[in-house]
Amino acid sequence: MSLVHKSATALLSEMQSGSVSSTEVCTAFLDQIDAHDEKIGAFLRVDRESVLAKAADVDSRRSAGGALGLLAGLPVAVKDLLCTKGQPTTCASKMLEEFVPTYDATVIEKLDSADAIVIGKTNMDEFAMGGSTENSALGQTKNPWDTSRVPGGSSGGAAACVAAKMAPLSLGSDTGGSIRQPASFCGVTGLKPTYGRVSRYGLVAFASSLDQIGPLASSVEDTALLLQAIAGSDERDATCAPNEVPEYTATVAKPLEGLKLGIVKEHFAEGLDSEVGDCVTAAIDVYKALGASVVDIELPHSKYGIATYYIIAPSEASGNLARYDGAHYGYRTSDTSPVEGEGPLVTMYRRSRSEALGPEVKRRIMLGTYALSAGYYDAYYVKALKVRRLIRQDYDAAFEKVDFLVGPVSPTAAFGIGELSDDPLSMYLGDLYTVTTNLAGVAGLSVPCGFTKSGLPVGLQLQARPFDEERLLRAGHMYQSATDWHTKTPTV
Amino acid sequence: MSIEFETIIGLEVHVQLATESKLFCRCSTKFGSPPNTQTCPVCTGSPGALPVMNRHAFDLSLKTAVALNCEIPKFTKWDRKQYYYPDLPKGYQISQFDLPMSQHGYLEISDSKDRFETKKVGITRAHLEEDAGKSMHDEAAGKADSRIDLNRTGTPLLEIVSEPDMRSPLEARAYLDELKLLLTYINVSDCNMQEGSLRVDANVNLHLQTDDGKVATPIVEVKNMNSFRAVERALAYEVDRQLAHWKKTGEKIGDVPKQTRGWDDSAEVTKAQRSKEESSDYRYFPDPDLVPITTTDEQVAKVRDSLCELPAALRSRLVKEQSITPYDAGVIVNQGRAVVDYFLEVAEGCGDGKQASNWVQRDVLKNLKENEQTIDQFGMSATSLAALVKSVKAGDLDNSRAGEVFEYMLANGKDVVASMAALGIEKVDDSALDDLCRELLAANPKVVADVQGGNQKAIGALIGQAKKKNPNVSPNDIRGKCLAMIAEMS
Amino acid sequence: MLDRETVEKVALLARLKLSDEELATMTDQLGKIVGYIDQLSELDTDNVEPMAHAVELSNVFKSDEARPSLDREAALSNAPKKDDECYRVPAVLGE
Repeated sequence: MSLVHKSATALLSEMQSGSVSSTEVCTAFLDQIDAHDEKIGAFLRVDRESVLAKAADVDSRRSAGGALGLLAGLPVAVKDLLCTKGQPTTCASKMLEEFVPTYDATVIEKLDSADAIVIGKTNMDEFAMGGSTENSALGQTKNPWDTSRVPGGSSGGAAACVAAKMAPLSLGSDTGGSIRQPASFCGVTGLKPTYGRVSRYGLVAFASSLDQIGPLASSVEDTALLLQAIAGSDERDATCAPNEVPEYTATVAKPLEGLKLGIVKEHFAEGLDSEVGDCVTAAIDVYKALGASVVDIELPHSKYGIATYYIIAPSEASGNLARYDGAHYGYRTSDTSPVEGEGPLVTMYRRSRSEALGPEVKRRIMLGTYALSAGYYDAYYVKALKVRRLIRQDYDAAFEKVDFLVGPVSPTAAFGIGELSDDPLSMYLGDLYTVTTNLAGVAGLSVPCGFTKSGLPVGLQLQARPFDEERLLRAGHMYQSATDWHTKTPTV
Repeated sequence: MSIEFETIIGLEVHVQLATESKLFCRCSTKFGSPPNTQTCPVCTGSPGALPVMNRHAFDLSLKTAVALNCEIPKFTKWDRKQYYYPDLPKGYQISQFDLPMSQHGYLEISDSKDRFETKKVGITRAHLEEDAGKSMHDEAAGKADSRIDLNRTGTPLLEIVSEPDMRSPLEARAYLDELKLLLTYINVSDCNMQEGSLRVDANVNLHLQTDDGKVATPIVEVKNMNSFRAVERALAYEVDRQLAHWKKTGEKIGDVPKQTRGWDDSAEVTKAQRSKEESSDYRYFPDPDLVPITTTDEQVAKVRDSLCELPAALRSRLVKEQSITPYDAGVIVNQGRAVVDYFLEVAEGCGDGKQASNWVQRDVLKNLKENEQTIDQFGMSATSLAALVKSVKAGDLDNSRAGEVFEYMLANGKDVVASMAALGIEKVDDSALDDLCRELLAANPKVVADVQGGNQKAIGALIGQAKKKNPNVSPNDIRGKCLAMIAEMS
Repeated sequence: MLDRETVEKVALLARLKLSDEELATMTDQLGKIVGYIDQLSELDTDNVEPMAHAVELSNVFKSDEARPSLDREAALSNAPKKDDECYRVPAVLGE
């Protein structure tokens, strides 16, 4: 088996035993990127030299017998909205094309202290707004299983690079499904941790109360490995929880006894593609065969999830993205011609933002600005916060009865590039099964569970109680021990 | 046409809290550093950076709220106030909107000259917020740019909003004086207006009594006042201007949008300021990056118990316990707690509050002012001064030479006894005084005759002579003794 | 209810400038989205507390210690326009 087809966990132990070096591992993945990324477009930037320099450093420290971190020598791809000091962080936007952060995100520091090597920055929907990576201003990432189709989004590059074996581990972010849905579309494993499990410091914000950084990998075991490295409290993020970090890697392979699963009835209603539904149903049967008991669960307010999400997320985004006005960083218009009845400063603001932000970003800024504006605040924003509470209460009630909720990640498998780009509302409705996880702040895992007739991957979603990632990962691993969907690779 | 009217004034005061670091990051709050040398990813709103609340800033605001008799809600939160301005790099200011950290308090104001009756000015609310940066228009080189310095961005401010309870510019001034005094007493701010640690905006209008009943003029917000004196003058100007404007136009509240006027200190007028490009719609919403703050009754009680004696209480105590006038108590308390403590030590040491007050105000404060010193730097201990006052009271030191002794003590760091000895001051006993007076009268028959002729003032000529012969004699003693001797002669 | 005039007003608030064509598209698309969102009004939420945070934390503070700031060169490194000391922006009016 070539190095790139091995799991991160396997590569790590081989490096530890000395049978392979980090330089060899990194070179293998870099070669894979060179060979295939022109076609896939998962990466926005790869700096071969600095990757190899870091790999050589890990190798020399290893041979010197020094203490090494948890991920020593392993390459990790990073979504291009995680700030990397001295390295561009673009959010796939023309606005930040030239932006070079002056600091590292907490997760980047954690990767660093784990001796992981950032292999490159991955493509995404602009400012993480979208579900197809079609909203990137810097290029279209393609689905490795079918390059006429989208990889999902917003962490499209993050999922595609793992699927195409261009990185063993990858960091994405999930605001309404942005890790789980591309993981599902690309046939890889992706985890949205509980809100507050991973520090957001240095994650360029889309919707602060929903955003969460999480790992993508080829298996649950590798996912646990990356989560282990990035989880934990951070004095620089007030919303990052002080909860202790369990030993995910130590327990992930231990099966759970007396597993109780809840099938979210609403997630099998009209709108679900029947092939996707069949794969998910078969996956639930696998759990039954493993001894799980399965009951139907209602999340009565989940049908309001999209409406609630598309008030809260754009509202927060309208504030978070106000800073992109051409004054202190990012793009500024070069057009200084005056506009009648408008001061030069306002003209600069409006032109800079209009020229450098893409249509989906503008649409959400407009929606959020409208929802927060005088006269609408109570009817939209406050109303949405109340429904959010009802959604959370649904989850709390469900988790009284079952350990995990199971269902599909997305109503369909990957759709064609350009297929939905003129119809924002239809695109939004694709987030139906994932947004409530973020609204409630619970954890969600996507694992590959089959393919459609046309060979597109389908994902199974497992949702867990807040801070119950340890058991969630074990439940995911149980499934992967009994199936081999996650081992399938596309022929790129 | 004279018309009866009432002036209605409310004040918004922004106070910079005395913290080392900014409200949500760890940049220094030091004043006067070179532009853009006190910023970091958090306070410049760099993408991805997150705020974390400064505990000390909250503690200071809690202390202030308790001192202002405010209600402290159990739950308070942070909101984003959104507007675009280049000194606000995030595009929003982190502030508090619907659930401020305190509300419904009051501050009592009074006038030692009784120009208005003592009253409680309501405090609507006091809330925390971050300061913005500074924008400077660059006139050099004819460039049409503004230059932005973000050093100040994120500095903790407490915005204290009063009820429209003040009825004259004088009351407004008294409120500001009292508020500043309170804030400096409890060490929450240095209140330095020159450095922008205290800023005042005033809302003012008039309630006129007309034949058709009560009419209110449009409320005007006055800004750009860089001293309390400027506030008083700007408000006085505004009262005249609004009255004249009403007489001319009859414009009343609601007829025009709320106006903002800036005080021009050199021209001594307020001028209309350009309003923002569109009517403000700040789109406040809870800041998702910050978590709420809860406060318990026990916490508030603890703050209340640990609060020092506040200026108002201190003034009444000085009047009551030291028998000084409210005016004198005001002067001393206004100097700050250290001077009060000095005064109290002198008063207790000499057993005479009135005299202690005179000495502290006349000699100590004058000296401090001349030498630009604070009381801690003053070269005479309260005990030494008390001993001096005591000597004068006991008659061991004549008042006429007490000033000289004070100067000597201060200059040489000696106590009163040593200083008097060094200056050769000793008490003149009665027989020496008799001898001296007899001698003087014998040598000055014309003075004796003048006095006998009814001109008592003639005795003054003898004082100088007496002092020459013995510098320790008291002029009063010489005068009294000589007059008595002349009276006995006839 | 979400007419072109409102959309233009919102665009100014958001400091966006939309072309005529964009305005038409935006008005249409926002109208549809808002129409969908309006389904929330059918829910009775009178006694429900708004939920602004996904994690129930409170009283998270930092200590009041000043630490070194960025040096000026780094602080201004991403500024689209600057001089030796400051960010530069088109003239601020009303000052």
